Amino acid sequence: MRPTPVPLTPTAAELRELALTELEYQAATVQLDRAPNPLELGMLGALWSEHCSYKTSKALLRQLPQHGERVVQGPGENAGVVDLGEDLLCCFKIESHNHPSAVEPVQGAATGVGGILRDVFAMGARPVALLDAIRVGDLGDPGQRQRFARVVEGIGWYGNCIGVPTVGGETYFDQAYQHNCLVNAMCVGLARRDQLVRARASGPGNPLLLVGADTGRDGIHGATFASVELDHSAEERRPAVQVGNPFLEKCLLEACLELTGDPDLIGLQDCGAAGLTSSCAEMAHRGGVGLEIEVDQVSRREQGMTPYEVMLSESQERMVLVVRRGSEDRFRAAFQRWGLHSDVVGRVIEEPLFRITAGGDEVASLPLQVLVSGFPERHPEARAPEVAAALAADPLARNPPWSAEAAWLMLLASPNCGDSHWIWRQYDHQVGDDTVLGPGGDAAVLRLRGRPDALALTVDSAHRSAAVNPRQATAIAVAEALRNLACVGAEPLGITNCLNFGDPDQPEIMWQLQEAVGGLADAARALGVPVVSGNVSLYNQFDGQGIPPTPTLGVVGLLPELSRRLGAGFTKAGDLVALVGPAGAGPAGVELGGSEYQRLAHGVLEGLAPEVDLQLEGRTAAAMRAAIHQGLLSSAHDCSLGGLAVALAESALLGGIGARIKPPLSLPDRPAPSWRMGLLFGESQGRYLVSLRPAQRDAVTTHFGKHRTPWAILGRVGGSTIAVEGVAEIAWEAAQSAWRSALPSRLEPAGAPGS
Amino acid sequence: MSARFGVAVFPGTWSDRDCVHAVGLTGAEAVPLWHADRDLKGCEVVILPGGFAYGDYLRAGAIARFAPLMEAVREHAQAGGLVLGICNGFQILCEAGMLPGALLRNSSLQFRCQPTWLRVETTATPFLASCQPGELLQLPVSHGEGRFYADPKTLARLNDEGRVAFRYTDQGGGLSAEANPNGSLENIAGILNEQGNVMGMMPHPERACEQLLGSDHGLQLFCSAIQHLPLLTG
Repeated sequence: MRPTPVPLTPTAAELRELALTELEYQAATVQLDRAPNPLELGMLGALWSEHCSYKTSKALLRQLPQHGERVVQGPGENAGVVDLGEDLLCCFKIESHNHPSAVEPVQGAATGVGGILRDVFAMGARPVALLDAIRVGDLGDPGQRQRFARVVEGIGWYGNCIGVPTVGGETYFDQAYQHNCLVNAMCVGLARRDQLVRARASGPGNPLLLVGADTGRDGIHGATFASVELDHSAEERRPAVQVGNPFLEKCLLEACLELTGDPDLIGLQDCGAAGLTSSCAEMAHRGGVGLEIEVDQVSRREQGMTPYEVMLSESQERMVLVVRRGSEDRFRAAFQRWGLHSDVVGRVIEEPLFRITAGGDEVASLPLQVLVSGFPERHPEARAPEVAAALAADPLARNPPWSAEAAWLMLLASPNCGDSHWIWRQYDHQVGDDTVLGPGGDAAVLRLRGRPDALALTVDSAHRSAAVNPRQATAIAVAEALRNLACVGAEPLGITNCLNFGDPDQPEIMWQLQEAVGGLADAARALGVPVVSGNVSLYNQFDGQGIPPTPTLGVVGLLPELSRRLGAGFTKAGDLVALVGPAGAGPAGVELGGSEYQRLAHGVLEGLAPEVDLQLEGRTAAAMRAAIHQGLLSSAHDCSLGGLAVALAESALLGGIGARIKPPLSLPDRPAPSWRMGLLFGESQGRYLVSLRPAQRDAVTTHFGKHRTPWAILGRVGGSTIAVEGVAEIAWEAAQSAWRSALPSRLEPAGAPGS
Repeated sequence: MSARFGVAVFPGTWSDRDCVHAVGLTGAEAVPLWHADRDLKGCEVVILPGGFAYGDYLRAGAIARFAPLMEAVREHAQAGGLVLGICNGFQILCEAGMLPGALLRNSSLQFRCQPTWLRVETTATPFLASCQPGELLQLPVSHGEGRFYADPKTLARLNDEGRVAFRYTDQGGGLSAEANPNGSLENIAGILNEQGNVMGMMPHPERACEQLLGSDHGLQLFCSAIQHLPLLTG
C-alpha cells in the first residue's frame, strides 16, 4: 500500500488518514487564506499530529516544573540538559516507539533506540547509556512471547551494534498490553558545555545539509500512524515502520561529534518523526527564520519519488545541519571521511516560510507559524470513570488461594517480579568501560572519568493502580524512581517522561491523562526535581480499548562519591536487616490494593492505591543518601513490586545468602483473611530494606533519628532460608530457582540450546 | 618498560576507546589506527578491537579483511609483530586467514553479554607469558557471533601444537557446557597463530582492567605483552 497525497478537497476519511480533523482542516484554510495543496496538507498532517504537536497534551504539560538550578535546557529541544558541574552537561530524553513495535517488533524497537540516540547526539552529546521500558501482554500467549523476544532482540541489536551500553530498564507483562505493546527508549549523553549544539537555523543564505541515509519510501506517515488507533489492519501498516541501520548511525554519531564545537556549525537536528518536514520546520521556527528546500537535491533510495514522499519519508539515520555559508564543502568532506554522503538540499531564508521547490517550481509554501504552531489546541472532555465500587472494595477481605510460602515463590517466579537477566544478558551493558552497576539493581551507576562523583540512572513506570487512580499512581512512580536512586546513594537531577495512553477523545482516557500529568507535576514539585524533556504517546488503543495509563519516567541522578555506592544484595552474614520508612500504611496497616500479589492471586484490581506521602518520601530519600554517603549501610533495596517479602528475597538472592526478619507490624487481634499476605506483599510506599554491620547500629539509630525518619531493625543476614518469622519461610535454593527461571522457563522451551 | 600500542579504528568499531583506556592504565602509549590508512605509526602491538567493523551485515569481519590497514597488520604479523584480535578483531583475523577457524552465531541464537571464567591453556605467547598455565581469569564476553568452529583436522592441530589460548570454564576451572557462553567447540575462547605472536579471543580483556568494573584480570594480558615484546625481524 503506497501512501498517496489526498486531493484538493479532502473528505473526512482522507483527512483521517492524515490524522487531521475537519476542524483542523478549516483552521489551516483560514490561517493560510486558501486551501492547502496536497503536499502542504500532508506536511500539516504530520506536524499537527499529536506526535509532533502535543496538541492535546500541551495545556496539561504546562503544569510540569521545568526549571531548576541545574537545568540548562528544558523541554522544546531534542533533549533536556542538566549541569553536572565543571562544564560537564548531561543530555537525556525518553521516547516511545509503541506503534511500530506492535507491527514489526524488531525494527520498531530498534529504530526507537536509533531515534533516541540521534536526539542526544544532535545536542552534541556523546551517548553513554541506554535504558528502556517495555510493556507486553501475558507470556502465556505464544504470540506475546514472540513479540517480547523480538522487542528485546531489536533493542539489543541496535544498541549492541552502535556500541552504547544498555544499562537498565523496566519490564511489565499484563494482558492489557496484548494488542498495544509499549517500547520506551531512553538515552543519556554527556557533553562539554562548549560542545552543546542547539537545533536552530539562522543566517539567511546559510546552506542546509542533509547527511546520512538516502531517502526512501519507508516510514511515510509514521508520525500520523503513531497518532491513530491500531486496528486489525495494523499489519498493513508495515510500510509505515522504518528499517534501522545501526552501522550507518554509528558513522553519523562519530562524524557529528567530531563537528560539534565547530564555530561554523549553526544548527543540528535529527530527522525523526515526519522526516525532513518536521526537522527543518522546527529548526527554522526556533531560529525565527525560514527555509527553502529543493527536493531534487535530496538523494533518493528509489526512483520516481514525489516531493510528497521525499518530504514525509521517515527513512532513518539522517541528520540535517545548518552551516555557515562557504563552509559546506568542509563539512561534506568531514562526513565523507566516515563514508557518509551529504547533500546541500536548501538554504535559510529571511521570510519565516517553509518553501519547497521541485524542478524549479514552488510546490509548497507554508508560513512556519501555521505549520509549527498553528494547530488548534484540543481540550477534549475529561470524565472520571465509574470506579467507586472497585475503590471501595477491601482487598484484604478475599481468602488467599495459596499458602504464604506458595504465594512467595509464585511471585518470585512471576515474570514481573522474577530475575530479568534473560533480557539484559542480550544487551551489551558494559561497552564504554564506565558501567559500575549495570542492569538488575535499583539504579544503574556510571562513573564520570576524572571525577569522584557518578551518574545514576533509572526508569520507572506507574503500576496497575494507575487505571483507577492515575494521579496517585504517577506520584508513586516518581517516588519509586527517587527511592531507586537513593538506594545507590544518588540524588535526582531531572526527569524525562513518556506518557503512554489510549485515545484522549474518550473522556475517561482524557481524565487519566489529566490526572497522571497532575500527579507527575505534584510529585516532581514536591520532591524538587524538574521535568526537562518528554514525549507523549496517545492512541495506544485497539478496537476501542485503551491501554492502562502508563506514564514512564526516566530519571538522572548524581552520586556524590562513587566509592560510597551501594548495591541491593546483602553482603555479609551477621549483618543487621532493617526497614527504613514507615512500618505500615493504610487503614489496616497493610495495603494490597493494586498490588502484584492481588493480580496474581485474584486477577482483580480493587481497593485504594497505596498511600504516598511525598514529604516523607523526600525526607527518607535524603536520609538514605546521607547514610550511604557516610558509609553507615551495607546494602539498600527499594520495596516496590511484591512488597517487603520480594525485596527481602531479592537482597538475599543477589547477596547469595539467607536472612531472617521479624514482621515489621504485629498481627492484629482479628486479622482480615489476607492480612498476612498484605504484610508480606503489600506495596506500601516510602520503604527501603537495608543491611548494616552490627557495629553501626548506634550510628544508624542516631542518623535516622536526626533525619526524623522512621526505621526499625528487623533481623539478621544469614542461614539457608529466607524468613519472616511466624509468617513464612522459604529455602534460599528454592527461591533462587524460582526467581532465576521466571523468564527462561517461559521464553525458552526445555532443551533449547544454550539456555 | 613502555611500548606503543596501535588500536585499529574501523567506522563501526566501538571498543577502540576502551582499549586505549586499558592500555593507558599500564602506562603504555596507545594510538588510533584509521582503517583507511596503511600506516601502523611505529606501533609494536596492534589491537583489533570489538565492534561491527563495517556493519557486519554480511559476515562478521568479512569486509574488514580487505581494509587497507589490514595489509599493514598482516605485514606486521609476518615480521613477528604482536597482534591481538578481541571479539570483532578475532572475527576479522579468522576472515583474513591470519588465524584458523571461524566464529559462528552463538548456539543460543542470542547476543550474550556476561562474565566468563577462562583457563589459560598456554603461556607460549607474549600475551600470556606472565600468566601461570592453568591460571583462571575472569573476563566478560559481549557478542552474538562467538561460537568457535574449526574442522576436525584444524582443531586437532590447534590442540597438538598448543595453540588454544583459553577455554571457558566454571569458576573452579572445570570445563562444562554451562560455562560455555556461545557453544564454542571444546569451550575454546581464544587461539594463537603458529608463531604465537597473533592471538584472537572473544572475551574482552579491556573491560576487565579495574576492580571497579568487576575484574582487573585483563590487565595482565597487556602488561605481559609489554614485558615480552619480541624483536621484529622485518
